[in-house]
Amino acid sequence: MTEIIEPTTTRWSESGTRPLLEIKDLHVGFATQNGLVSAVSGVNFTIMPGETVAIVGESGSGKSTTAHAIIDLLPGSGKVTGGQILFDGLDLTATSDRDFEDIRGTLIGFVPQDPMSNLNPVLNIGFQVQETLVANGKAQRGRDAKAKAIKVLQQAGLGDAAHRLRQYPHQFSGGMRQRVLIGIGLSSTPKLLIADEPTSALDVTVQRTILDHLAKLTRESGTAVLFITHDLGLAAERAEKLIVMYKGKVVESGPSVELLRNPQHPYTRRLVAAAPSLASRRIQSSKVVPDRAYAAPSGVEDVDLIAAADARIDRLPASVGAVPSIVVENLTKVFHINTGKLRREPFTAVDSVSFAIAKGTTTALVGESGSGKSTVARLILKLENVTSGSVSVDGEDLERLGSRELFALRRRMQPVFQDPFGSLDPLYNIASTIAEPLVTHRVGNRKEQHARVLELLDQVALPVALMDRYPNELSGGQRQRVAIARALALKPDIVILDEAVSALDVLVQAQILALLNELQSELNLTYLFITHDLAVVRLVADNVCVMQKGKIVEAGSTDSVFDNPRDEYTKELLAAIPGAGIQLTV
Amino acid sequence: MPSNPPLSATHFVAPIDETPLLGVDTVSIAARKSNLYLDAWRDVRGRPLFYISGAIILLILVVALMPKLFTRIDPTYCNLDLSNGGPSAAHLLGSTFQGCDVYARIIFGAGTSLAVGFIVTALVTLVGVVVGAIAGFYGRWADAVLSRVGDIFFSIPYILAAVVIMSLFSSARNVWTISLAIGAFAWPSTARILRGQILSVKNADYVTSATALGVSPSKILLKHVLPNSIAPVIVITTIGLAAAIVAESTLSFLGVGLGSGTISWGNEISNAQGQLRTNPSSLIYPSIALSVTVLAFIMMGEVVRDALDPKARARR
Repeated sequence: MTEIIEPTTTRWSESGTRPLLEIKDLHVGFATQNGLVSAVSGVNFTIMPGETVAIVGESGSGKSTTAHAIIDLLPGSGKVTGGQILFDGLDLTATSDRDFEDIRGTLIGFVPQDPMSNLNPVLNIGFQVQETLVANGKAQRGRDAKAKAIKVLQQAGLGDAAHRLRQYPHQFSGGMRQRVLIGIGLSSTPKLLIADEPTSALDVTVQRTILDHLAKLTRESGTAVLFITHDLGLAAERAEKLIVMYKGKVVESGPSVELLRNPQHPYTRRLVAAAPSLASRRIQSSKVVPDRAYAAPSGVEDVDLIAAADARIDRLPASVGAVPSIVVENLTKVFHINTGKLRREPFTAVDSVSFAIAKGTTTALVGESGSGKSTVARLILKLENVTSGSVSVDGEDLERLGSRELFALRRRMQPVFQDPFGSLDPLYNIASTIAEPLVTHRVGNRKEQHARVLELLDQVALPVALMDRYPNELSGGQRQRVAIARALALKPDIVILDEAVSALDVLVQAQILALLNELQSELNLTYLFITHDLAVVRLVADNVCVMQKGKIVEAGSTDSVFDNPRDEYTKELLAAIPGAGIQLTV
Repeated sequence: MPSNPPLSATHFVAPIDETPLLGVDTVSIAARKSNLYLDAWRDVRGRPLFYISGAIILLILVVALMPKLFTRIDPTYCNLDLSNGGPSAAHLLGSTFQGCDVYARIIFGAGTSLAVGFIVTALVTLVGVVVGAIAGFYGRWADAVLSRVGDIFFSIPYILAAVVIMSLFSSARNVWTISLAIGAFAWPSTARILRGQILSVKNADYVTSATALGVSPSKILLKHVLPNSIAPVIVITTIGLAAAIVAESTLSFLGVGLGSGTISWGNEISNAQGQLRTNPSSLIYPSIALSVTVLAFIMMGEVVRDALDPKARARR
């Protein structure tokens, strides 16, 4: 690699602080039907050797595009249209594809976002690791490559590496695959590792161990890391320096702690106020230190999560907790899974779960993927039949209801689902989507239904002009608003929110959470809030049930669970909320 | 210590007016409405191929419905004096071996070919959609039974099957029986495509939402699932229509199609094969009519396919 950097070595070497990566006025555009659309316009930043830097931004901010431009992995229609990317003094924008192959992998490693699709399913893990090693000239084909591949997997923290080499990607969990990808990314001890949302698809506890491991590896080898993430808390915890991107530009950058304590740009302030991980952390610390280090940002549009959460607590009437709305007792659901051997094996998805939700309160059901939390929701909604145990709503046992009574009950209990792209029928316009519950339950005549749709649109703060529009014209957050409006159409008492905000960008998420809080106090709604994100729970829930492998391992009021977690798993989950290590108050 | 601090230590704030802060998730209402079918219709209208194939199809339809507008010659009036006669002012495309007017027979044959095409398509779509919808939506044993039945029909080459069926109908070979023979073995592909589509659509959250609302399964199928999974069926229907027209000609050519009393392009081609050397025009013109018709439907099918597949639209 020395032969590449020689030409310009002299310029910086005297001071000893020559940046490893220097981005100067970078412009990236995408060719579309409507001409060149700029995705990154005029980005500047530097990364020093061994430094960890995070680019934070929402979807569409240009953060991934910037990362891909550095390593020349822009999709076909993307092109660097201006500026310089100086890596060790060499301008990468002027490097031929041939020379780039020597840099990519060897000097700059890359860990992609989705561990599920970035390993070839028909090749075993060993082949894929060895291929990388050989291609980067780090090993001779054959025995040497195999020995080194084992070493890579061991370093990545995979036990029984020799055996693992012969396995295929489908035999690995998401976390293990990401370890393999990190191992591949670091296999040639690059000077810079670019990690594009490396843990967004993983459970929080897995995310934590993987990032800890990554930090340890890069510290040992002195590798600089460029993190791309949407999570401000995660970025601040893992990086020394933050770069906040908005609409293709860097709006603010600086040392992580400084940036969080003293955000200057209104956009950064907005992000800091809306990030659930930070907000939940602040609620925690505000109990110790009464005055908060953060002033709520001004502006009509902005949502301060803490203010919203506080307001929520203030609104809760004294009567809360008296009348149970949903009572779940010893709920068990067993699925029969085809094993492929002409046998069906029982799998207990929900194992003797009991809890009660008082009228007008929010109970959060928290758990990682596969914990059975969504199955509980489906059982309560009577979308699945219970195996044993019971669910009663307002004292009525769901199992004993006839079809007519069940139909009547459905009016009082409505769900909102996660995927904003799947929760609305793409062929129904917004008005018919919201009116569907009214039509199904024959509420009012056409005129009254129309009036109700207008009222609901107003409640979820959507313009009336959207009525004859279709879902694909809306953003994810707007679709979620429509889904909420539909759920509220029949004036239900209970709304079951199954990861209703998980797929949204932080700012939009904060907006929807505030909307949900508002609607709850206005309409005296009871929420069952299902989520994997403990940070959000802190802001919206009165009670928490933590689920693991189908069982509730801990339940209690939000404060007691957060302040004095008793179960090991709960402690682990709480510790895994990004931003744990940040001292927020000055 | 270096003389100037490393750049990374400084707290940089971009001038605020450089990136003005926009509202979070503001609603921007586009100039025009958009959903799958509206977008497809808009896309189709911008493609020349749509107008070309549409014009041809329209012309053929008019010919089929009102053949007398295009010729005054009776296609069944044959004059052996004119046997294998070349083109003349009275007989533009010449005469057949039997001395019938080639042009008139092509014009009158259009109706038969199109009728077979439309009847087969209606039959296939009806059976295919019902079977596919039930198998895909209700699943379980209904799916197991219907899918196996479909597989059985699928495994028999339809030409072979049609030959056998048509020989059973030897006394009543008409448009209806030949359509039945072709359609009976063509529906499984429609059913399969729809079933697959429904399997993916029925797990969508909006279907679950409708269930949680108390909408009955049959209503969910009709109002949510079918409209969202029918697009590929529309595409294969258009192309299937062309295939049915070809199938009719094939069967007639093989002598197991329509009876010799019926005028159809397949029969014309079949009758003309003996005169390939002496009177090629009696073979070539019906063949051209057949090809142009089939081509028009296939082109239309392609336009529709491109329009209904948003990914294909983005690639263009």
